[in-house]
Amino acid sequence: MTGTGAPPSLRVSRLAYAYPDGTQALFGVDLTIRRGERVALLGPNGAGKTTLVMHLNGILTAGHGTVEVAGLPVRKDTLLEIRRRVGLVFQDPDDQLFMPTVRDDVAFGPANLGVRGDELDRRVRDALTRVGMLDVIDRPPHHLSFGQRRRVAVATVLAMEPEILVLDEPSSNLDPASRRELADILKNLDVTVLMVTHDLPYALELCERSLILSDGVIAADGPTRSLLADADLLAAHRLELPYGFAVPALQQ
Amino acid sequence: MSAGHHHRLYLPGDTPVHLLPPQCKLVAVAAFAVAVVATPRERLWAFAVHALLLTVVAAVARVPAGFILRRMVIEVPFVLFAVAIPIIGTGARTEVLGMSLSVPGMWAAWNILAKASLGVVASILLAATTEPRAMLLGAERLRLPPLLVQIASFMLRYMDVILDQMRRMRVARESRAFVARDLRQAPVLARSAGALFIRSYERGERVHLAMLSRGYTGEMPITRDLSASGRDWGMAAVLPCLAAATAVLSWSLT
Amino acid sequence: MHVPDGFFDLPVSVGAGAVAVAGLAVCLRGARRELDDRTAPMAGLVAAFIFAVQMLNFPVAAGTSGHLLGGALAAILVGPYTAVLCVSVVLLVQGFFFADGGLTALGVNITLMAMVTAIVGWGVFRLITRSAPGSRAVIVAASFVAALVSVPASALVFTLLFWIGGTAPIDVASVAAAMGGVHVLIGIGEGLITSLTVSSVLAVRPDLVYGARGLAKRLVLRTAEGFEAPLVAAPATGEAPVGRIRPLLIGGGLVAILLAGVVSFYASGSPDGLERVAADKGLNAHEEEHGLSDAPLADYGVKGIEDERLSVGLAGVAGVGITVLAGGAVFYTVRRRRRHRAAV
Repeated sequence: MTGTGAPPSLRVSRLAYAYPDGTQALFGVDLTIRRGERVALLGPNGAGKTTLVMHLNGILTAGHGTVEVAGLPVRKDTLLEIRRRVGLVFQDPDDQLFMPTVRDDVAFGPANLGVRGDELDRRVRDALTRVGMLDVIDRPPHHLSFGQRRRVAVATVLAMEPEILVLDEPSSNLDPASRRELADILKNLDVTVLMVTHDLPYALELCERSLILSDGVIAADGPTRSLLADADLLAAHRLELPYGFAVPALQQ
Repeated sequence: MSAGHHHRLYLPGDTPVHLLPPQCKLVAVAAFAVAVVATPRERLWAFAVHALLLTVVAAVARVPAGFILRRMVIEVPFVLFAVAIPIIGTGARTEVLGMSLSVPGMWAAWNILAKASLGVVASILLAATTEPRAMLLGAERLRLPPLLVQIASFMLRYMDVILDQMRRMRVARESRAFVARDLRQAPVLARSAGALFIRSYERGERVHLAMLSRGYTGEMPITRDLSASGRDWGMAAVLPCLAAATAVLSWSLT
Repeated sequence: MHVPDGFFDLPVSVGAGAVAVAGLAVCLRGARRELDDRTAPMAGLVAAFIFAVQMLNFPVAAGTSGHLLGGALAAILVGPYTAVLCVSVVLLVQGFFFADGGLTALGVNITLMAMVTAIVGWGVFRLITRSAPGSRAVIVAASFVAALVSVPASALVFTLLFWIGGTAPIDVASVAAAMGGVHVLIGIGEGLITSLTVSSVLAVRPDLVYGARGLAKRLVLRTAEGFEAPLVAAPATGEAPVGRIRPLLIGGGLVAILLAGVVSFYASGSPDGLERVAADKGLNAHEEEHGLSDAPLADYGVKGIEDERLSVGLAGVAGVGITVLAGGAVFYTVRRRRRHRAAV
């Protein structure tokens, strides 16, 4: 269970942050994600999930506290390396796919890291193969279906060979088939995953462990199954399982 | 100007015109337009030659005449304007079918119609044989400021997304029985425009964050370089050179 | 309505092209300063927005409808540099991809529809918001006036260019009257939509309205431990109100130059102006009209605008004038910004 000597993929300690307009979103977040884990970060709207995510690759910088990715602290001088290590997949794939073609888009990240030529091509093809989207390599993103765009968005990040993949609401707006396909892809990826969502069944399916972020602090941390079986805990943090869905409680 | 924007602009193909590097085509079309504008309007034969040149290009590029004609509707406002010139124009008057028309006005109308049409057709052929992305790469190759090219590239990428949003807003308006009759309906349109701006701006911010997340530091990485050989340039030069020769000839011949 | 090829003669097209290139070069720097590394995505999205909003037709009067030019709106929402850049990119894309607007007329189109609308719009807006205390109502009213003025201003510059190097033999005074009349009407629509749009953005995200940056309040930051720290500058809304005299001067100067242009234009273009007739008679000798020389009005017909030297000369003068105007406006903004930088 405990570490193998390698630093954890992600360690956040005492992270606090207030927006310029004075609204404080995070009030001292602590969390650790070990290498290879798949963890769900659950929380209602407005809990500070997106704010937390923005700290993980230094888009926002901590008002207080630290973020470390595989032992490397997020600081101004480490930003480029941090952004390589943390692959952020945004909620709206249209925000993420900004280049004229899928190929250009997937190449954007590694090219910023200085990768060129055959190596760049290999990375692009490899990343697209991992999400099963190699056949759309020369298409413009806006000609793809929503589910396809989300998978390509995952590929754009995979091409950077990240230490940890952070997905913001990966299942939102997906039809059931696309949802299933994405789940299969995520299960087969060999990277650490932090999945931010309020889709509880999806968290249960994909992640052994879950964190509940509520009012800017981590309110619970444990096996997904037991968190979801605790109706009182969920209710206290404005989380709900879909109608007709029940998680058999395990031995507490 | 709302007409025509939703037609397909690019016709895929592998004709010699399609295969020319985009930067060559851009220069060729621009030079052609200059040659056309420089041609004196009285030399009708010169315009026939220009038109013939474009016809040959269209044939080589296998762009159907119907496609070109359909996209030429963009010109309609100026055709209407051109028709009005002989009526409101000054100068010598002559009787045509019982109407008193200005002779210089008719020349002017012909001048605008001929040159505008040739320019429009040349641009249509350019867009029909060049992928939008290639056009941008070509522009970059021609040393256009990279920032300008990037802005255009983002604009092209998100144009459809934003037009879609606008369409959804219109559907939402109209499904509540809204009809823009006169300026009193302006507040409703303006609220849509305001909402559209906020959405566009916020998307811009999110796109920027997405770029930062993948290591963007202010420069777009150049992952591909289009080079044009002397032969490409030579091929592309045929059209503007013939047009220029026509223009020069039309100046010197009387 | 985008000017097509063949509407203006070559010297005017080239002159306006030079103005457009110079203006774009300045705006590229300016926008970089305003937006930093966000320039490409932000300006791209705003350009897409303008492209979309230009399709928003509004009825002007019985049977006719206008569409938003958007120059003034863009200047108020995202600042003058970015606005010129965005509208120019829209025009470039329309020219090259949609065949909308002639390629040789790109300079004219950029000068008229991007530069004049944005610079005049911004100048008027600034003039009003500087002299009146900043409040939402003032900003909305200023937006209305700015957009209203920007449209006929653009039409007048069009008329000016037409006078210098238009290819149609239409009496300049009647062009001015027609353009002016119609465009004041269109301007009212433009002003209404612009001000209401600005107002609706102000209601939801006031921090996004560039022209309302002076309204932003200083913010306070609070951390988990509960201590409060005054914020030096809010990154998103940061622009504090700055110097009040120079903008007024420059704004006034801008309008003065514009008025000077308009007045001098009217002085020479007014019906039956003696100078004009003299010029026409002196300069009309054109072989192309020889077949009509027996027509009684032939001498008046050519209007002098076809004369190469005069056109070139005037195009040059106009080019220099507009460049000075644009340059001056830009210089002032740069200075202002630098001062602001230093102050922060």
